[in-house]
Amino acid sequence: MKYIDEFRDGALARNIAANIAREVKATRRYSFMEFCGGHTHALARYGVADLLPPNLRMIHGPGCPVCVLPIGRVDMGLRLALDAGVILCTYGDVMRVPASDGLSLMRAKARGADIRMVYSPLDALKLAVDNPRREVVFLAIGFETTTPPTALAIKQAAREGLKNFSVLCCHVLTPAAITHILESPEVLQYGTVEIDGFVGPAHVSIVIGSGPYEGFAKTHRKPVVIAGFEPLDVMQAILMLVRQVNDGRAEIENEFTRAVSREGNARAQAVTADVLEVRDTFEWRGLGEVPMSALQIRPEYALFDAEQRFDLNYRAVPDHKQCECGAILRGVKKPIDCKLFGTICTPDNPMGSCMVSSEGACAAHYSYGRFRDIPVVAA
Amino acid sequence: MCLALPARVIALDGADMAVVDLGGVRKRISIALVPEVQVGDYVIVHVGYAIGMLDIEEAEATLKLFAELTT
Repeated sequence: MKYIDEFRDGALARNIAANIAREVKATRRYSFMEFCGGHTHALARYGVADLLPPNLRMIHGPGCPVCVLPIGRVDMGLRLALDAGVILCTYGDVMRVPASDGLSLMRAKARGADIRMVYSPLDALKLAVDNPRREVVFLAIGFETTTPPTALAIKQAAREGLKNFSVLCCHVLTPAAITHILESPEVLQYGTVEIDGFVGPAHVSIVIGSGPYEGFAKTHRKPVVIAGFEPLDVMQAILMLVRQVNDGRAEIENEFTRAVSREGNARAQAVTADVLEVRDTFEWRGLGEVPMSALQIRPEYALFDAEQRFDLNYRAVPDHKQCECGAILRGVKKPIDCKLFGTICTPDNPMGSCMVSSEGACAAHYSYGRFRDIPVVAA
Repeated sequence: MCLALPARVIALDGADMAVVDLGGVRKRISIALVPEVQVGDYVIVHVGYAIGMLDIEEAEATLKLFAELTT
């Protein structure tokens, strides 16, 4: 496909790999965090890790909305579907996130709850129009990429006077999460997690622009290179990070110039700000409560806020005792450090959220990298 | 989750809607977030909405950058 295949070319990948190998200094180590699950997936799927020098390590970040969705939030959706009898619709990946009592939305559906997988908020709106006698709730998750469509759907519902449509808003914010990682004890007490720079979000940055990252370069002296989600994009961004580290620079650079500007999509930002406002605090799986890190529906649109409409309260639920998703999402542990990885926790039967989405660190490593851990022996 | 793909706009279709072509697959999407698009433009499609446009000149420039050799 045009503008996709070219960015996956093997010969060009080997060229960028050679450039990286030439430019890294043998005397030091490089650790970069790829914030987004999209980058984690590209690194794993295309075997990019094998093309990087041994003294350069990529740390997987928390930028996978399915992975950071806490159990308590899925439970809210489950209660609506099982007890309130609503049609609950949501994106595919959310269906398999493990929740309380051994349930997930998929399992609740098997028990008779009316849960539908949708591709777009437009599909959720159509369900509400087609089922005027039923309550339709859209469980909305995602970073800034996915938020403007939700905001538009709420505006459209208001314009059309839909009385049976509401949104359970679980949208989260990228800059707040990066700040939280940079200020975590593991990063501040240098040594536990070393981060020399970030591969910055691709599609989130289309919406918010490169401007919001400028603070990290200044206050935390960390370089950020915004990169597209194709493997060559990630590799070029790694090369640009290596150059910044070698030069002692901490700047915001943009590899994804074909889609990202400094200002971002002003219209998308305006629609979001019109319908949604920042929450005081929100629980992230792995990061805990993070202040000012998520969005809620403004009082003007309270009719479309499922939390108010159904008087829902959030109740925090701890993860499975042996699940290491929390530490993995903070970059403190790797998937293979978890006892459950690949034994009882697999993509077919995920125990933790990082095994659910193909962008989760555990699912990506299970699908594309787990045999790399086994030494090759002669037959 | 943030998966989004570049697709070519082949027709404008009513208020804020357009038909895009992605490797032969056609789909009707919302262009409410990029109302300036014209037929022939490439847009980045996410959950049924175009969230941004693709700059073809920048795409070519980036591909050239990949092919550079460092010394």
